[in-house]
Amino acid sequence: MKALREFVDKQKPHFEKGGRFEKLHSTFEAFETFLFVPNTVTNTGAHIRDAIDMKRTMIIVVLALIPPLLFGIWNVGYQHFLSNGMAPDFWPMVGFGLLKVLPLIVVSYITGLAIEFAFAQSRGHEVNEGFLVTGMLIPLVMPPDVPLWMVAVATAFAVIIGKEVFGGTGMNILNPALTARAFLFFAYPSEMSGDRVWIAEKADAYSGATPLGHLLVLDADKLPSDWAMFSGLIPGSIGETSTIAILLGAIVLIATGIGSFRIMASVVTGGLVMGLLFNLWGANAYMDIPAYQHLIMGGFAFGTVYMATDPVSASQTNRGKLIYGFLIGLIAVLIRVFNPAYPEGMMLSILLMNVFAPLIDHYVVQSNIKKRLKRSKAGTAKV
Amino acid sequence: MSTDKQEREPLFSTKNRKLLTNPLNIDNPITVQVLGICSALAVTAKIKPAFVMALSVIVVTTLANLIISVLRNGIPPRIRIIVQLVVIASLVILVDQVLKAFVYDVSKQLSVFVGLIITNCIIMGRLEAFAMGNKPWPSILDGIGNGLGYGVILIVVGFVRELFGSGTIWGFQVIPEAFYELGYKNNGFMILPPMALIIVGIIIWIQRSRNPELIEEK
Repeated sequence: MKALREFVDKQKPHFEKGGRFEKLHSTFEAFETFLFVPNTVTNTGAHIRDAIDMKRTMIIVVLALIPPLLFGIWNVGYQHFLSNGMAPDFWPMVGFGLLKVLPLIVVSYITGLAIEFAFAQSRGHEVNEGFLVTGMLIPLVMPPDVPLWMVAVATAFAVIIGKEVFGGTGMNILNPALTARAFLFFAYPSEMSGDRVWIAEKADAYSGATPLGHLLVLDADKLPSDWAMFSGLIPGSIGETSTIAILLGAIVLIATGIGSFRIMASVVTGGLVMGLLFNLWGANAYMDIPAYQHLIMGGFAFGTVYMATDPVSASQTNRGKLIYGFLIGLIAVLIRVFNPAYPEGMMLSILLMNVFAPLIDHYVVQSNIKKRLKRSKAGTAKV
Repeated sequence: MSTDKQEREPLFSTKNRKLLTNPLNIDNPITVQVLGICSALAVTAKIKPAFVMALSVIVVTTLANLIISVLRNGIPPRIRIIVQLVVIASLVILVDQVLKAFVYDVSKQLSVFVGLIITNCIIMGRLEAFAMGNKPWPSILDGIGNGLGYGVILIVVGFVRELFGSGTIWGFQVIPEAFYELGYKNNGFMILPPMALIIVGIIIWIQRSRNPELIEEK
């Protein structure tokens, strides 16, 4: 460790002003703070500083993504062999899954980081860590068979149009990972929906539809059992099938205080409320889906835990978070039931509410100001 | 100013040339004044309708600017908007008929948007801002300039959208079949109007980073 520190310190002068590699300053800075906690301190005013900086925050989110990632890798292999009528051991499944998933992760990170570094260099600021999480989220919301160049195009679109245009990490209006997925969903619908793409190299005769896909053609009988949907033994995007793995991630996020439990709880409530309302209405087969099943189908759980809680694009005020989350759950189920052509209501509803989050915050703050003004007026009137 | 006897100006004085070139650059009707966005989103999925639309708008702005500039001293100010609308509407109907007669298929694709040139803010804006107070010759130049400025953006957006959305340019296949066999696919998002908005946004981004004087002060 000490040798590493000395090595880094030795290289430092080259990257400072006037050094040989002055232009690459932000690149060097990114790697240095990646290895060591930075020793800079705030030098003006009195601030309460938390020991945790953005890099550590992001790393914890990446840690929380490991359960769905590992399960996803295994499930990709499992679904592939199942569709081909084979039943190999554990390791061949993992091996096949790795072969499919690793390239996606590598492509997403390389494309995204290259763009981030380029922007940081040209704008002369430090490389932000935001992409560490985005780069992991993007492969997890892709179907396993998506062509790699599409992932690269979508990642570039999400990082440039979704984030850098607005000023980089922390300034983006939309969640970048969902922007990437939405881009692919509208640009290459045949690769992102239907029943062909969810199992890697599947046999032709085998139906590869996701639960939401079955609903699209009103095949409610073919829905997998609740246990299969909860545990994740179903075709789907890589990271979203297993509700159990996602719950593990949720525990990590809530325990460390990084993911907002207010948002998660209110998204679930919103989805349940809308599901129950539709159950009461019961006009067609979609409306009759039990409310709890909405929570374990499709990307609802994944979106709730990892996407809706994105601290940049979500509401900032506590009351705002409740409204924001509730509406996400509500609209997600609404889109699923009323427009089955867009099976992934969760993605669209989170993006929609991302846009509304600043508005919600504005009204929460304004109403608080009004309330306190009223209180202070009432107080002075008494005196 | 318009009625004063001035020294005879050369036809293409610097001032007059600016009338032609400014709308192409720092005074572009779409990217700087942000006018005429609606039709820019609607007709740019393919380059051919975009080109025809651009041509129609150039004709209408030029002629409308000329006619209003000639009439400007005879128009009672209180009803000037109505007079301008009558002029624009007649010109648009003419253009529409010509398109129907000679390029019927494109006219079909443009459908309602030719008629909607009447409501295009660029034309009305030029009449109000320029033709009502300037002589015919500068008004013609201003009309051509603004029509061109609009047309250039339309064609650039149409080019990008058609190339990536359909793999064609002006209806001819340009992306080779071999690419498709390797797994390349046309980008369906390009066909949708939101992508036109994003491309216009990118053009504005590039233009502003090259012309710092366009960036507002914070």
